[in-house]
Amino acid sequence: MRVLPYGARAAMVDFDDPSEVLGLHASLEQDPPDGVVELVPAARTLLIRFDPGRTHHDRLAGDVLDRSTVDVEPREAAEIVVPVRYDGPDLADVAAAAGMSAEAVVRRHEDGTYVSAFCGFAPGFAYLTGLDPALHLPRRTSPRTRVPAGSVAIAGEYTAVYPNASPGGWQLIGRTTLPVWDVEREPPNLLAPGTRIRFTS
Amino acid sequence: MTAKIEVVRPGVFATVQDLGRPGLAAIGVGRSGAADRGSLRLANRLVGNPESHAALECVLGGLVLRFPAPATIAVTGAPCSITVGGRAFGSDSPIPVGPGDELVLGMASHGLRCYVAVRGGIDVPPVLGARATDTLGGLGPPVLSSGMTLPVGQEVQAHPGVDLAPRAPLPDVPVLRVGAGPRVSWFTPAALSTLVSSGYVATSDVDRVGVRLGGPALSRARSGELPPEAAVPGALQVPPSGQPILFLADHPVTGGYPVIAVVEEADLDLAAQVRPGQRVRFRLS
Repeated sequence: MRVLPYGARAAMVDFDDPSEVLGLHASLEQDPPDGVVELVPAARTLLIRFDPGRTHHDRLAGDVLDRSTVDVEPREAAEIVVPVRYDGPDLADVAAAAGMSAEAVVRRHEDGTYVSAFCGFAPGFAYLTGLDPALHLPRRTSPRTRVPAGSVAIAGEYTAVYPNASPGGWQLIGRTTLPVWDVEREPPNLLAPGTRIRFTS
Repeated sequence: MTAKIEVVRPGVFATVQDLGRPGLAAIGVGRSGAADRGSLRLANRLVGNPESHAALECVLGGLVLRFPAPATIAVTGAPCSITVGGRAFGSDSPIPVGPGDELVLGMASHGLRCYVAVRGGIDVPPVLGARATDTLGGLGPPVLSSGMTLPVGQEVQAHPGVDLAPRAPLPDVPVLRVGAGPRVSWFTPAALSTLVSSGYVATSDVDRVGVRLGGPALSRARSGELPPEAAVPGALQVPPSGQPILFLADHPVTGGYPVIAVVEEADLDLAAQVRPGQRVRFRLS
């Protein structure tokens, strides 16, 4: 774990072990150091934004490095079940690339228990970890200009649900009618970092 | 009854902006809000609004509004000619508007973004606590178009009692102070000194997301992919071309290219006024 400077108002914690991101996030949320204004988890990093009037980089780095993330349980969050219709336009290509049948792709995707690691790309777009390594495939060589809302997709080590219609390069294997993002809801995102997710057809 | 303003012509590109949605990056929502926050705040103060009220941000002027009811407005940011009911007014001043008057902004002579505040604020429904249009995240009110009407709110403070807020003119070549970014070690030792010793030029790719710059390439010391990681406004992200991109208000919450340096928050307003073709310099703070 390293703490890198990110200008005068933020620090980036860089992890060797990505599973430690949620642990440190939970620890800093439960017991925030003075001056911290926002925590933003990502794939292998945690951004800490701070008020430079109340703390500074070295003090924050000292506090973070003193913490043990090993003992911290990621925040207890409800398990969310996402109903999926596995009829995505890339399902056959994914099956061919993974060297298995479409049915096997669906079974392996359904068998996983996923954890929301972080959000990015678009409001409510959660990167879910726990995808079967047999399904770790690159993105499409040419991204689609429009991916429909509710598309269930995979790319690299992640699976995700597109919250809204947007461009996108992930492999589309299915779709759900469950709204994972609703600005009228509090909170608007269903798949907050730390949430466990299962997909079921 | 709530007063309404009619958008006669939006100009090149105009949006409703306030101070944005801070603190929601962990759910994929960026801060957004006015690109030049100081100009938005000043425009609000000049008409006796709380600084957080929503106003209009328009690119290069060209905006035409019709006011069915009397109003008090102020125009700040990039300097442009201002007429109300056919009479000329100056920037950075409260301007009285009579019923039926049209406000016409000419093309900005320097800078990029003008702000128009109306006493009472633009009272479109808030989304996640803000009235800002996030062009990347797709949140907030739609981009302004001809014929659209904008409701004006009623929450105000006392009039400020000033005729003019003197402001320094926008510099021809802004100097933006930078601090080290998290991935400075991904670059050759010479890259950071190249960034701060060379001039860069804003390309034609300038919007609320960022400014794509042209100039000496910033060379990487290590290759490889960077997993997505959180970005902040002012981040100078460097794609494989070596030409940096300066993130502004609607930057993505996570970026995929290494960030070599970060423009100080205090200089972001200046950065938001950089127009295509303009030169900028960076200086280590």
